[in-house]
Amino acid sequence: MKAKVFVTLKPGVLDPQGKAIHHSAELLGFGNIADVRQGKYFEIEVNGGATEDEAREAAERLAKDVLANPVIEDYKVELEA
Amino acid sequence: MKFGVVVFPGSNCDHDAYHVISKHVGQPVDFIWHRQTDLSGYDALIIPGGFSYGDYLRAGALARFSPVMQSVKNFAAEGKFVFGICNGFQILCEAGLLPGALIRNAGLHFICRHVNIRVENKNTPYTSQIDEGMVLSIPIAHAEGNYVCDDPTFNALEENGQIVFRYCEDDGEITAEANPNGARSNIAGICNLNRNVLGMMPHPERACEELLGSNDGLGIFRSLTAAIQSN
Repeated sequence: MKAKVFVTLKPGVLDPQGKAIHHSAELLGFGNIADVRQGKYFEIEVNGGATEDEAREAAERLAKDVLANPVIEDYKVELEA
Repeated sequence: MKFGVVVFPGSNCDHDAYHVISKHVGQPVDFIWHRQTDLSGYDALIIPGGFSYGDYLRAGALARFSPVMQSVKNFAAEGKFVFGICNGFQILCEAGLLPGALIRNAGLHFICRHVNIRVENKNTPYTSQIDEGMVLSIPIAHAEGNYVCDDPTFNALEENGQIVFRYCEDDGEITAEANPNGARSNIAGICNLNRNVLGMMPHPERACEELLGSNDGLGIFRSLTAAIQSN
């Protein structure tokens, strides 16, 4: 089973990299992109025997303790069978 | 009195810190490999600058899980001194020994130059030998030095005198122009509530001899030495 973890900066936390990407998009001629926020995406392979609940619990704990810094980031877990 | 310099894979200011303690502070000092867990016999630890674990995930994020870090937490809880410089500051924030976080510089660049910082609180073990309000010229070298924290944390830092250094102009004035990285309220260094744990982005260990352009960093190490002696 695969768990997907999305880590994003909390609203209000400055994202200079997102701003730079947004600026590049403007230089490329995109006129309709209002903002870009950069985040991180993780694919976590959970052992085959794990139930959905176990896989979600493992991914949630990894996201909370390691992948995201709760001071500046939020995370979201999705499971893929 | 004995100092320890904690070495992670990717630390690269460990020898600078060792050099300053042995040659300029004149005290015994050991390197402590990150797998070591016995910290008995040490009075102060320096968590040095560098790129621990290649800055993978986030600067300082993975060093937090090294075996030595649980011992460092216990060491700090006993009231002994833990001094994080640059990547060391990032590690201490990630480990929860200091509040807040350090994110990408507002201007995106890696910045390597001397900056001015003002001593905001003389009443700490790291600044007791320096005059409050004094301006120190200390180099920075970082891409993630932009200090952030939420409002309650910031208010607590201010009320408790935990903001120890702020980026400033030559004359000590705190301005937006003097802020190299976008750090909240020009914060360059903070301590914990007990004041035994300090983290700062500038590198005082690179400013301890005139030959290197400044010896303004010496006051910090001398203060720490005095604090250990009086402990």
